[in-house]
Amino acid sequence: MSRSESGSASESSVSILVAEDSISDRMILETMLRRGGHNVSSAEDGAQAVELFRETKPDLVFLDVMMPNMNGIEAAKKIKELSGDEFIPVVFLTSLADAKSLATCLESGGDDFLSKPFNPIVLEAKIKAFQRMREMNQTMIRQKNLIETNNKHLLQEQTVAKQVFDKIAHSGTLDLPIIRYYMSALAVFNGDVLLADISPMGSLFVILGDFTGHGLPAAIGSMPLASTFHGMVGKGFTLNDIIREINGKLHATLPVGLFCCASCIDINFSKRRMLIWSGGLPDGALYRKNDQSVTRIASKNLPLGVLPNREFNAEPLRFDLEEGDHLLLWSDGIQEARSAKGDMFGEDRLNAILDQECQACEVFENIISSVQNHIGEGEEDDDLSLVDIVFPDKETAEEMLAGASNSRGRLADWKMSLQLNASSLRNFDPMPLLVNITSEVPGLRQNSSILYTVLSELYNNAVEHGVLGLESSLKASAEGFAQYYRLRDERLESLSNQWVTIEFEHQMEDSGGLLIIRMLDSGEGFDATDTSVDSQKPTYFGRGLTLISQMCEKVNIIPPGNIVEAHFRWNFEG
Amino acid sequence: MSINSSVSQDGDILTISVDGRFDASSLDEFRNCYESADTGKIKGYDVDLKNAEYLDSSALGMLLVLRDFAGGESAQITISNCSQEVKKIFAISSFEKLFTIQ
Repeated sequence: MSRSESGSASESSVSILVAEDSISDRMILETMLRRGGHNVSSAEDGAQAVELFRETKPDLVFLDVMMPNMNGIEAAKKIKELSGDEFIPVVFLTSLADAKSLATCLESGGDDFLSKPFNPIVLEAKIKAFQRMREMNQTMIRQKNLIETNNKHLLQEQTVAKQVFDKIAHSGTLDLPIIRYYMSALAVFNGDVLLADISPMGSLFVILGDFTGHGLPAAIGSMPLASTFHGMVGKGFTLNDIIREINGKLHATLPVGLFCCASCIDINFSKRRMLIWSGGLPDGALYRKNDQSVTRIASKNLPLGVLPNREFNAEPLRFDLEEGDHLLLWSDGIQEARSAKGDMFGEDRLNAILDQECQACEVFENIISSVQNHIGEGEEDDDLSLVDIVFPDKETAEEMLAGASNSRGRLADWKMSLQLNASSLRNFDPMPLLVNITSEVPGLRQNSSILYTVLSELYNNAVEHGVLGLESSLKASAEGFAQYYRLRDERLESLSNQWVTIEFEHQMEDSGGLLIIRMLDSGEGFDATDTSVDSQKPTYFGRGLTLISQMCEKVNIIPPGNIVEAHFRWNFEG
Repeated sequence: MSINSSVSQDGDILTISVDGRFDASSLDEFRNCYESADTGKIKGYDVDLKNAEYLDSSALGMLLVLRDFAGGESAQITISNCSQEVKKIFAISSFEKLFTIQ
């Protein structure tokens, strides 16, 4: 056994194992290979070859077929075993010429053969060809390993993400005794989302949403939806506010083409009514226990996330409910469920179940079992969800409400005072801040437009008449109107010790709340006698106080006129 | 907030759109819209409040200034796309008698 290496390893230098029992043949081959710049290890028989292979890990093996101590064919099998996944070409050196012997060489795991006597040009060409194959094989193995690692990471990440997702998307109170639901997931993540929560006002809120597509992209959208839903229901916001907020969030965050078909309901147990907003989901069904009738509730709106909020209609429909009434909502996965033959479950089959005479409480099972029968051996190709909510008797309702935690924070009874001094009066516009604060009160948000007008009137009166001493009568002409506002800016510039204080005091009441707004200023007071609005020629001024007194329950101007107090009373449902 | 205006194809109607808050802070922009327009041709005005979120009594004053600018009694002014709240404010101030409110 001898091992010799050439002095310089060039780029195309290959490490080669030669096993040949004929000394002369071995010498010839070794010499040719060294001349080609390759590293050569030599063995005299099969057993040596296998041993040397283990030691040197060559790139290429030349094996004589007939050798003592294990022939070439046996050695090839062992070498291939040792190579494992790596491709190390084995080339048989042979003077055999019959086709059958050559075939046996390749069948035993050889990759090629080289006929004696050796031709240096053919030899070098084969080495190069095998080198290319080896490189391809190495690239393939590297990529395969990379894919395997990536896939492992992806699955790990998805598993963790799924835990987070499940916490967010399926938290809340879906386990209430009056809710039954069925959800099937197509992927690790589900494009359907079903959430329930009880509000501090004693309402059960449920939202069923179906995002376009499924899997991860669809699931991502349900994160903002779920956190907004739970956050706002917990604080006692109205259905209208919640739907509007979710729509705005989805519109701002989801790419065009990704949106959420949804139905959102607010069932109030003591008022025995349900508010429902639906956009894009199939028509729901309301079963009346009394007369066994079914009302279909059609979607009136575009899905969530399609329209910007200013074009969005969040107005819900209202239904009175009685004990034992059932509401059923489902995603389009029900109608689109396909049988093994590819035939859809469809609207007709669904309607047939809904029209069937049976107890309302049986419909849920009927739908699920029919759809599952229909799918049979077929594959579900969409997320599929169905939810059934029954209006409870008084006891069950009270138990559920008692079980719900009402400790979550909301702005309810509070008081605040904000004093703006000269520089703030000059540069700061308090309106957005004030509207933001009042919007934290559930129910006041939907009144923010009216409230803005009231606050703006009171504040501008305090600044313009109280602090700046401007006369409304200046606004008698169009020129004067502009002049008035120019003067306003000029006088604001020269303010020094003046201030305006805004005080809020808010209390919750059974059906809404009362916000008392007090506006105080450092001025000497002003004559707030209202100018006639109904005179022949309408004046450009004198409307502010009329507006406020129409919108507020009570407006007091406390002499000498630098304190104005307004009582703004609001109700939950408009 | 911003205010934009455009003239209809036949040059008859000047549309002024208000975005965001409509109050004294938009006074100059609002005035510019109609004062800089070619008043010879314009027969009517459309104040589009589709994107207006809030307004106060100074906006009412500004609308009346526009009305007088446009001919007072004979002015043709439509205030369009008003929300329920805005309609309520106009109703309190009896603006339906002075403008066409939609």
